[in-house]
Amino acid sequence: MKYTQGKYLILDKKSIAREIYSFTISCPEVAEIATAGQFVHIRTGNFILRRPVSICGIDRQKGTLRIVFEVRGAGTEEISRLNQGDVIDMLAPLGHGFTINPDFKKVILIGGGIGTPPMLSLAGIYGEKATVITGFRSADAVILQNDFRKTGAEVILCTDDGTTGIHGFVTQPFSEIVNSADAVYACGPMPMLKNIAGICNENNVFCEISLEERMACGIGACLGCACRTLRNDEEYFAHVCKDGPVFNAKEVIF
Amino acid sequence: MADLSVNICGIDFKNPVIPASGVFGYGREYEEFFPLEKLGGIATKGTTLNRRTGNLSPRIAETPSGMLNSVGLQNPGIDHFINKELPYLLEKNTVILANIAGSTPEECVQVAEKLENTDVHMIELNISCPNVKQGGAAFGTSCEMASEVVSKVRKATTKPLVVKLSPNVTSITNIAKAVEDSGADAVSLINTLLGMRIDINTRRPVLRNNVGGMSGRAVFPIAVRMVWQVANAVKIPVIGMGGIASGKDAIEIMMAGASAVQVGAVLFTDPYAPVRIAEEINDFLDSKNISSVRDIIGTVKPW
Repeated sequence: MKYTQGKYLILDKKSIAREIYSFTISCPEVAEIATAGQFVHIRTGNFILRRPVSICGIDRQKGTLRIVFEVRGAGTEEISRLNQGDVIDMLAPLGHGFTINPDFKKVILIGGGIGTPPMLSLAGIYGEKATVITGFRSADAVILQNDFRKTGAEVILCTDDGTTGIHGFVTQPFSEIVNSADAVYACGPMPMLKNIAGICNENNVFCEISLEERMACGIGACLGCACRTLRNDEEYFAHVCKDGPVFNAKEVIF
Repeated sequence: MADLSVNICGIDFKNPVIPASGVFGYGREYEEFFPLEKLGGIATKGTTLNRRTGNLSPRIAETPSGMLNSVGLQNPGIDHFINKELPYLLEKNTVILANIAGSTPEECVQVAEKLENTDVHMIELNISCPNVKQGGAAFGTSCEMASEVVSKVRKATTKPLVVKLSPNVTSITNIAKAVEDSGADAVSLINTLLGMRIDINTRRPVLRNNVGGMSGRAVFPIAVRMVWQVANAVKIPVIGMGGIASGKDAIEIMMAGASAVQVGAVLFTDPYAPVRIAEEINDFLDSKNISSVRDIIGTVKPW
């Protein structure tokens, strides 16, 4: 089995910032095979299209997944009204996750806004080898900082307006330490990813980025979620749901 | 257990439910959910002579009870289909309808010729894709052009030829009659309706292609109406599609005159939909003591 569809129990629900929710979901069959960087595709009652949400945490022993998502529109708003004890209909685990290499001695994980959650499962794997740089609009949008600290990772926080942490974008602290890294992993807004990919390219550092696109089937059949990539030196529309969401930054045409 | 089998152009389908072209790729992704042999048939992704890259993203937009897409016929080309996808599909004990498209009638002919020496069961000629600038929908919106492309493909193939019709026309019955007269063995309808959404904050269309094809539950009544009109206008079989999401929907469009149904957007909500819909058709027939699904085709009693 690569992925499945099922209805799973929500064990825990928390509101962790304004319009941002964390669900812990009991789904042993999914947790068993899920990897960092994959996503789940959530059905809503009233919409044809499911909503893709990245996996934030995987606990194989407990058979649980954690997802963290932001209310962006009517679909995610509907999902946010689910409660502990309700069931959630998911297609999961989907997509191609991050490349994990135990030989890496130092990795940098970069999350921008709601792109931060998938970095947590990586932090759990790399622990003290990881430096986590996250950036948010403002102090009231900051999430997951304590979770990152618990993994043993070094944690650097930035905000656009300077209300907490470093006043500025994640690229500032990142460009100072990029040379120390064996690998960089990032998820967030496209301008941020483009800058990070550029910095990694200049410094010849391995970089993987997780992309987002409007999506339908979630499994690579409908070809809806195209993203421009280079494959064998030719431009190719890859698909975020199956070829991604994680891509080698060198393959992505911004 | 009712008899769900139907026969279209001499081809036996074990049940009347077929995933529509475009939603199902070449089938592999859905085999994680169910064996493909449970399907009546599979309409494969629209395939052209050469590889097509498709349109820029976003290609998908949600609409009330529906969706828009503008994939733009991204596909690996007919040779890849014949060599890499078709042999696998032909092992699956279900009817394979190879959906083909082209920018010119000659391209459609070349694609059909390449399929002639394969064991594919049927050809579904797409003269109605709304998402490519050249050709595609253009063939499907005038009787003359529809006749020309169907006549030419007809001469190029001995396979049963299903022609997929556009609803974006003044009279779909006129187009249906034109393709029937030009040698089509069946028609399938409706392809998507041309639609558009705009992000009012950026004033940009949601789709990068500006416009796209609308599908999903919202289009179902239009599909029922068009199937009914076409089924009354032609003698060849009609395959109905457009917003079908349940067995009851399938029954309804078959009563309007469809001999089989294709299902599309519902797979995005429920990947098991084709299997579920076949079961629900059976449940309805059993509840009414109807022994065969064939006994409901075209049985609407209009006022």
